Amino acid sequence: MNVLAYLIPVSLILGGIGLAAFVFTVKSRQYEDPEGAAQRILSDDYDDHPKP
Amino acid sequence: MTVAMRPAASACPACSAAPAAEALADAAQPSDVNIVLSLPSIHCAACISGVEGLLGATDGVRGARVNLTLKRAQIDAAPGTTADDLIKLLENAGFEAHELDSTALRATETDKAGRDLLMRLAVAGFAAMNVMLLSVAVWSGAEGPTRDMFHWISAAIALPTIAFSAQPFFKHAWTALRAGRLNMDVPISLAILLALGTSLWETSLSGEHAYFDAAITLTFFLLAGRYLDHRTRAAARSAAEELAALEVPRVSRVTGTSDGAAEEQVPASELAIGDLIRVRPGGRMPVDGDIIDGQSELDRSLLTGETRPIYAGPGATVSAGEVNLTGPLTIRASAVGRDTSLHRMADLVAVAESGRSRYTSLADKAAKLYAPGVHILSALAFAGWFAYTLDLRTALNIAAAVLIITCPCALGLAVPAVTTAASGRLFRKGLLIKESTALERMAQVDTVVFDKTGTLTAGAPQVVNLKDHARRDLGIALALAEGSSHPLSQSLARAIQKAGIAPANLSNITEFPGHGTQATWQGQTVQLGRASWVGGGESPDTCAWLRIGDVVAEPFRFADQIRDGAEALVTRLQQNGYDVILMSGDTTQAVEAFANRLGIPEWIAEALPEDKAAKVADLTVQGSRVLMVGDGLNDTAALAGAHASISPATALDAARVASDVVLLGHSLDPISDALDTSRTAIRRIRQNFRIATWYNIIAVPLAVAGLCSPLIAALAMSASSITVSLNALRLK
Repeated sequence: MNVLAYLIPVSLILGGIGLAAFVFTVKSRQYEDPEGAAQRILSDDYDDHPKP
Repeated sequence: MTVAMRPAASACPACSAAPAAEALADAAQPSDVNIVLSLPSIHCAACISGVEGLLGATDGVRGARVNLTLKRAQIDAAPGTTADDLIKLLENAGFEAHELDSTALRATETDKAGRDLLMRLAVAGFAAMNVMLLSVAVWSGAEGPTRDMFHWISAAIALPTIAFSAQPFFKHAWTALRAGRLNMDVPISLAILLALGTSLWETSLSGEHAYFDAAITLTFFLLAGRYLDHRTRAAARSAAEELAALEVPRVSRVTGTSDGAAEEQVPASELAIGDLIRVRPGGRMPVDGDIIDGQSELDRSLLTGETRPIYAGPGATVSAGEVNLTGPLTIRASAVGRDTSLHRMADLVAVAESGRSRYTSLADKAAKLYAPGVHILSALAFAGWFAYTLDLRTALNIAAAVLIITCPCALGLAVPAVTTAASGRLFRKGLLIKESTALERMAQVDTVVFDKTGTLTAGAPQVVNLKDHARRDLGIALALAEGSSHPLSQSLARAIQKAGIAPANLSNITEFPGHGTQATWQGQTVQLGRASWVGGGESPDTCAWLRIGDVVAEPFRFADQIRDGAEALVTRLQQNGYDVILMSGDTTQAVEAFANRLGIPEWIAEALPEDKAAKVADLTVQGSRVLMVGDGLNDTAALAGAHASISPATALDAARVASDVVLLGHSLDPISDALDTSRTAIRRIRQNFRIATWYNIIAVPLAVAGLCSPLIAALAMSASSITVSLNALRLK
């Protein structure tokens, strides 16, 4: 059962990374224009640098 | 529709950006202007690059970003850039564009509450997954120190999560308790806190049962319901705000003396009594006032329901909301802002609205029944077990189990899940549900009251007696009508062109604002205009008279065009057993003819705003549930007083604010769909309540008997929430 001492923290850290990533996407307003984001990927205007 | 609502084009280039930018322009340091444009026709990646490329290449534009979801462009520009220039640029390239008042949009842009809820939901979801993972191990038979360790880790995750995620429930419960009321959030908060407390106590005593998982999944499901609810309302609010923002509240004030008069663009809110204001043809009166200079005709249909334009000359009184048709007018403001007749109507609305605010939603009714029952049941279980075993720990554990099982998790989802599905469905059909209880109220409606002008009619008159005129006369009428921007002239010109008649050759075409158009034809004077001007007779209809030389003038009669889907809607409503009533401020003859045309047996003509509101109140007293459909200022009080109300997007701002549902398209057809959908939605909500109750009836005896393990609690709760959500999705 000693393996639990590693596995539980590992699962918590992995989940925490996912949560942090989600919080980052919300904070940087990536859900404001979902349709636009889906369409922009089809155009090659932003291939070299993203739209600010 | 949006084109019709555009304000008069503004002339002053320096001030056209935004009211906020104007204030900045006064400061010594010139600053960037922020322009928001609505682009209703964009739909693809090429449109985005097209618009952004075009704007980016324009002088003075520092940055432009298109939001495809909201169909808007946000532009940062150097001072001096005007929205009008950019709109012209985009329209030349084939993109329809309208300016939006950026101050009116402020609330949508920063949807702070929505992001906040989403964050809490994400944290609760993360914690629920991890605690569940640990709980599965406990349920599968972890024992002794392992179980204790798992409980402690669960506690370490659950406590901070609840403290962060469940805050909205605690806050609502606290405000309700302080006001001496019980709402759904009181049992929720109590269940969460009691579950946490007893679980902590159990864990510290190495007990077998801990409810950390239940407390946290409860928070997660309830937050999901709250978020759905918020999303639905935010979407409706943002669309409603956009409608309001299309009317940029700017007026041109005349300054200086009469010979050196200059005009400046100022926000309508800055006007004072005595200010002189120039209103161009097509513009709407921003204030009440008297005409100082100019002659024109006024369209008062939004205020009174009259279709016939009224002559207006110096000395005449105008009210805010009237539309100037032909000539530019200069008016002296006699009442501004809150004192205008437009705003005085708001008092009437406030009185009418007090009746509606008494409506209690299904969810509130359920909560009123539910909240005390749950508390009593839990207290009884506690008292019973304490009396039986004299063991505080067992009794408290069972009380917590009862609260968790009965916690209105599915109830919290039952209403938002259904309203989200129904509102989404109606939005695709062009209906915007503004109020959260509008669906419920619409489902109870049995009487539908329609306004005539602008609601059942398209507000665009059409000539009905072209055949009575000779081809020669029609050619002259066409040439005269083409020289005027009056709505009757334009409609007449279109109709004659459609008949394939070429305009006659006229010279010296002059428009006399407020009267008509005059020209010379083969040495004779020809006139097209009002009866009193050209010497025509009396007529019950709206008419334009044509006079050629000294011959007696001939009338062109106009009838209002029926809006798309109006006939079908009235027939369908009558077939489905609704009482249909027509109520208009127009003349008796006009209303009677119209009612016969649509087959509406019951109608009221020449109704004042008070009459309309009184009639709706009367019907309500007689036990009818009235759905009011109207667009004018004269309908506002009736809209607010009715059980439910719908207004078209072309309606005045005040009418849209007073109604529950806004109809976005031109056709009236979606209204009967809306009534059907609302009935289905309410049926679905009731079903959901029933499902949730059945889960409780099965699980509560187990909990009271002390047989409810955390596993059973988790199963009952998740299963009922998921069934309820799936049932709501069937609506699509």
